[in-house]
Amino acid sequence: MNWDMLLAFSAAILGGALRVGVPFLFVSLGECLTEKAGRINLGLEGVLVLSAMTAFGASHLSGSAWIGVLAAAAAGALLALLHGLLCTLPRVNDVATGIALMLLGTGLAFYLGKPLIQPQAAQLPPIDVVRMTGNWSESSVVQAALQVNPLLPLGVVLALALWLGFARTRWGLLVRLAGDSASATKALGYSVGGIRIAATAAGGAIAGLGGASLTLFYPGSWNEGISSGQGLIAVALVIFARWSPLRCLLAALLFGGAGAIGPALQSIGISQSYYLFSAVPYVLTLVILIISCRPGSVAAGSPGELSSAR
Amino acid sequence: MRASLADALLPIGALVAALLLFGVFVALGGTDPTEVWLLLFKGAFGDWFSWQNTLQRAAPLMLTALCVALPARAGLVVIGGEGAVVLGGLAAAALPYAVPMPGNVIGTALVCAAGAAAGAAWIALAGALRQYRGVNETISSLLLAYIAIALFKQIVEGPLRDPATLNKPSTRALDEGLRIGGMAGTDIHWGLVLGLVACLALGLWLALTARGFSVRVVGGNPRAAQLVGLPASGLILLACAIGGACAGLAGAVEVAAVHTNANASLIAGYGYAGILVSFIARHNPIAVIPVAILFGGFGAAGSLLQRRLDLPDASVMVLQGIAFVLILASEALRGIDWRAAAVRLRPPPRREVVQLAPVEKAV
Repeated sequence: MNWDMLLAFSAAILGGALRVGVPFLFVSLGECLTEKAGRINLGLEGVLVLSAMTAFGASHLSGSAWIGVLAAAAAGALLALLHGLLCTLPRVNDVATGIALMLLGTGLAFYLGKPLIQPQAAQLPPIDVVRMTGNWSESSVVQAALQVNPLLPLGVVLALALWLGFARTRWGLLVRLAGDSASATKALGYSVGGIRIAATAAGGAIAGLGGASLTLFYPGSWNEGISSGQGLIAVALVIFARWSPLRCLLAALLFGGAGAIGPALQSIGISQSYYLFSAVPYVLTLVILIISCRPGSVAAGSPGELSSAR
Repeated sequence: MRASLADALLPIGALVAALLLFGVFVALGGTDPTEVWLLLFKGAFGDWFSWQNTLQRAAPLMLTALCVALPARAGLVVIGGEGAVVLGGLAAAALPYAVPMPGNVIGTALVCAAGAAAGAAWIALAGALRQYRGVNETISSLLLAYIAIALFKQIVEGPLRDPATLNKPSTRALDEGLRIGGMAGTDIHWGLVLGLVACLALGLWLALTARGFSVRVVGGNPRAAQLVGLPASGLILLACAIGGACAGLAGAVEVAAVHTNANASLIAGYGYAGILVSFIARHNPIAVIPVAILFGGFGAAGSLLQRRLDLPDASVMVLQGIAFVLILASEALRGIDWRAAAVRLRPPPRREVVQLAPVEKAV
C-alpha cells in the first residue's frame, strides 16, 4: 500500500466517521438522556425515520433547511412523548412499546413521505474545515472528507451540555435521581413519571436532529431505506459509552468509522469482508458487555432503575 | 372462564379502537373510511384467495412469536428473533452445499432441522450470556441479531453465492425435492402446519408437563424456583433454545417454501413483528395463533388497499402500529375493579378517605 492509497483510505474512514457518525451521535445522546431517567426507548428508530421524513418535507415546503431541522426535532419529541406517556401507564412494557412505536413511526413516515421520494429539498450547507483553517491540504480526498455536517458542532455542544447538565445542574440531578432510585425521587416530592416523560420527549427531540442530518445532509434525500437501524442500535451505543454523553461522541464516531471501513477498503480495491467490518461495532459492544458484566450485578455506570441493565 | 373472556375482550376493544382511529387517519387524507374497513376485511378474510395469503403470512409470525413467548415465560425479554430467522434460513440453504441431500421428505426435514438448530444455538447464546455472565438478554439478543444479519450478508454474497445471481446475490436454490410445497393444491404451504403444531405443542407443554411448569416457575418467581431447587440456568437455556429453534425454523421454511434460496428478502422484519405478536398474546403460545392470523391478515390486505384506493403500501404499517400501541396500552386497563371505580365516581361519603399512594409499576 503506497502513500496515496493510505491517504485515500484514512480520508475515507475519517469522512465516513464524520458523515455517518452524526446521526449516531444524536440518537445516542437522545437515548442516553432517556436511559439516564430510567427508561429505555427502542422506538428511537421510529423517531429517526419519522423526523428524517419531517425534516425533508419541511425543508422542501419552506425552502429552508433549518426549518426542516426544527420540524424534525418537534416530530421526534412528539413521538417520543407518546412513548413516555404510554410507559407511564401501569403494566405497559417499555421494550414492547418501543418496538410498536418503531413500527408506527416508520409506517407514518413512509405513508406521509410517499410524495417526497422524487422532489428535492434545500440541504444544509457543509462546513468546509480545510478552507476555514487556512487551506492546509491540497488533496481533494481530504477536502471532501472534511466537508463537515453543520449539525456536528451542534451535537458536540449538546454532548458537552448534557455532560455538564448531568453533573452540575438541578435538572440533570433530577433526571439521574429518577433513573437511579424512583423511591428516593418520590421521597423528595418529585414526580418520577413526569421527569421520565420530559426526559424521553427531550431525548426524542435530540434524536430527531439525527433524522434531519440523514435527509438534509448525508445521504441527503428521502427514501424508505434511509435508516439502516441506527435508531435501534442507539441502545448499544449508549452501553458502549457507559451512559456518558461525552463518550457518546466518541462511540458515535467509532461506529461511524467502523461502518466506513468496508466502503473505504472498497475504494482502494479491496472488496472482501465488506459486511463483516460493518458488524465490528456490534461485536465490540457485545465483548464490552461480556467483560464488564458480572452475574447478579448491574453494568457499571448504568442507571439503577433501567430494566435492561438488570 | 370469565377471566379469560375479559382477557380477550380488552385487546379486541383496543383493536376496534385502532380500526376507528385508522379510519380517521385515512379520512384526513380524503379516503372513505368505510371503504377502507371493507377492503381490509375483504383483503384479509374476504375469500379463499385472501385466506391463503393471510395464512401464508401468519405462518412465520407464529414461529417468530414463539421465539419471544418461550423465553418470556422463563423471565427473559428476547428481541433478537430476526437473527435466528436469518441464520435459520442460511443454515437451511447451506446444508445441501455441505452434504448430498436425499431429495424427499427426509431431506426437507433435515434442511428444516438445520435451520432450527442454528436458531436455537443463537438464542441460547443470548440466554447463556445472561445466565453465566450477567449480560442483559434484551440488549445481547439485539446485538446478536445485527451480527447475524452481517454474517448472513457476508456468506450469501461471498462463499455461498450462486454466480448466476447477479442483481440479487443469493445462494444456490434448493433442489425441487427439498422444497416445501403447497398443501392440497393451495398456496398455503406446510409451514403453517409447522407453526400451528409448534404453538399448540408448546402451549400444552407449558401448561401440562412438569418441565413446562418448572419453566413458568423460574420465570414467574425466581426466588420460589431457587427455594425448591429448580435448575434455573438449564431451564432458561432450554426455553431460549426452543424459542430460537422456532424462529430458525421460520427462516428455514421461508427459504424452502417461499424464496427457494437464501437472499436479502429473508430480512423482512418477521422477527420484530413476532415480538409484538407475542406481547399481544401475553406470551401464551396458543393465543399466538389468532394474533398471528390477524396480523397476517392486515399484511395481506395491504396490497388490496394499495390497488383499489391508491393508498401508500405503508398504510398497513400505520394500522399495525396503531393497533400494537393501543393493545399494549390497554394492558393498563386490565385488572381495574370497575365496580370500585364506579363507586369512586359517586359523591364521596362524609367520612375522611385515606388516600393510598399508587403502587410503583413493576418493570
